[in-house]
Amino acid sequence: MSDPPIRILIAKPGLDGHDRGAKVVAQGLRDAGMEVIYTGLRQTAEQIVKAALEEDVDAVGLSLHSGAHMTFFPRIRELLDAAGLGHVLLTGGGIIPEEDKRELRRLGAGMLFGPGTPIASLVDYIRKEVARRRPARDAAGEPE
Amino acid sequence: MSEAGLPPLPDLEGDRGALARAVSRVEAGGDEARTLLDAAWKKTGRARRIGLTGPPGAGKSTLLATLVPLLRGEGKTVGVVAVDPSSPYTGGALLGDRHRMARSAADDGVFVRSVASRGAAGGLARAVPAVLDLLDAAGFDVLCVETVGVGQTEMDIAALADTVVVVLSPESGDGVQAMKAGLLEIADVLCVNKADRPDAATLASELEQMFDRGGERAWRPPVVCTEGRREVGPLREALEAHAAWLGQDDRLQERRRRGLEQRLQRLFVSRVADHLLERAGERLKAEAAEVAAGGISVETAAARLAKEFEA
Repeated sequence: MSDPPIRILIAKPGLDGHDRGAKVVAQGLRDAGMEVIYTGLRQTAEQIVKAALEEDVDAVGLSLHSGAHMTFFPRIRELLDAAGLGHVLLTGGGIIPEEDKRELRRLGAGMLFGPGTPIASLVDYIRKEVARRRPARDAAGEPE
Repeated sequence: MSEAGLPPLPDLEGDRGALARAVSRVEAGGDEARTLLDAAWKKTGRARRIGLTGPPGAGKSTLLATLVPLLRGEGKTVGVVAVDPSSPYTGGALLGDRHRMARSAADDGVFVRSVASRGAAGGLARAVPAVLDLLDAAGFDVLCVETVGVGQTEMDIAALADTVVVVLSPESGDGVQAMKAGLLEIADVLCVNKADRPDAATLASELEQMFDRGGERAWRPPVVCTEGRREVGPLREALEAHAAWLGQDDRLQERRRRGLEQRLQRLFVSRVADHLLERAGERLKAEAAEVAAGGISVETAAARLAKEFEA
C-alpha cells in the first residue's frame, strides 16, 4: 500500500489578520496532494498544538506578519515537544529577517520562507522532511 | 494482558495523542487497523452518534460550533469528525471545518478530527464509521459527524448515526430540491438554518407540508429553525426528543443493528470490488478497446466480464 498523504496544519497565530499568504500556501499544498488542515486566524500557541495533536499532522506551518515570530515559533516548538510531537516539522513563513530565521532554526524550527517563494520549493522541502521524520512518528505510535 | 494474541490497545481514553495516531492507522486501513478495531469494538456502543448532512454552505460547521459548547455546558464530552472531499486528481484536500470551531479550540473536553474522503465513492470516507468506533471506545459522550450530503453519502450517514440532522438554508433551494435529493427520507430532524433570512419561514412551512403529506412514519421529523451562530436551542430540543423516542422499546438497538448490517454489506462489496478490479485489470482494458472499436456495447462487455469473473 502506498504511503498515506502528508497531513499539514496551516495556522496563523496571534493578532495579525493578513491571511492571504496562508490561504495561497494552503491551496498550493493541497494541489500538491497534501491534506491541509486550515485553522484560520488568531490562534493561540496552545490551540495550534492541540489541533496538531488531534489531527496527527506531519507538519505545522505558521504564517506570521506581525513581528511576533520570535515568540510564537519557540513557544510552539516547546509545546509540540511537550505533547510528544517532537517528530512534527515546524515550518512557516511571512516577514522574518534572516538573522531571526537563523536563531529560530537554532531553537528547533525548520526552514522559514519569505514572500515570493515558489510553492514547489515548499512542497519539496516538506516532502523531504516528512519522509525523514515519519519513521520517528511511527515509532512513537507503537503501543508500549 | 492481551486476549487472543492481540497487541494491547493504546490508551485511547487517557492519551489524546495515542487516540489521534490510532485514527490515522484506521484511516490507512489494513491488518493493523483491524487489530486495533477488534480490540476497541467491545468498548463501543456508549456514545450517542449524531450525523449532520446537507448541501455545502448550509451552515453545518457553524451549527456544530454553537451546538458543541451547549453540549459541553451539560457536562458532556464531545468528539467531532468533519469530512471534506479529497481531490480525485491530486488526492489533496483542504480541511477547513476546524477553523469554525474556534470556541472549542482550547477545550480539552472536545476532540476534533478532520477527515479527507480519500476517494471513497459517495463522498463519505470509507474509514469514517471506524473512526467513530474509536472515538466511542475513547469514551466521548456525544459524537458528531459532519459531511456534505450528495447522492449515496446520505445512505452512509444514516447507517452510522443514531440521529440524522439534515441542514438546509434558504439558499439551498426550495423544498422540491430537498425532496429530489432524497434528503427528506433520511432526516430524523430537519434544520432550516440561517432563519434570519427572509425565505426561511417559507422553506420551513413547505417542508412541514411535505412531511404532513408524506404518510405515516413511526417518527415524524420535526422541522426546526436555527441561526447557526447564536440560536440552536430548537435543534438541541429536537435532538433530545429523538433520543427519548429512540430510548423507548428497542428502537435504538434495532436502528444500530440495521446500521451495522449496512456497514458490513458495504465493506464486503467494496472489498470484493477492489479484488475484482485488480484481477480483471487487463481484461477490462481489452473489453474497453473492443467497445471503442464498435464491436459490442458497453452493457454487453460488462455482462461478459461479470460472467467471466463470477467464480
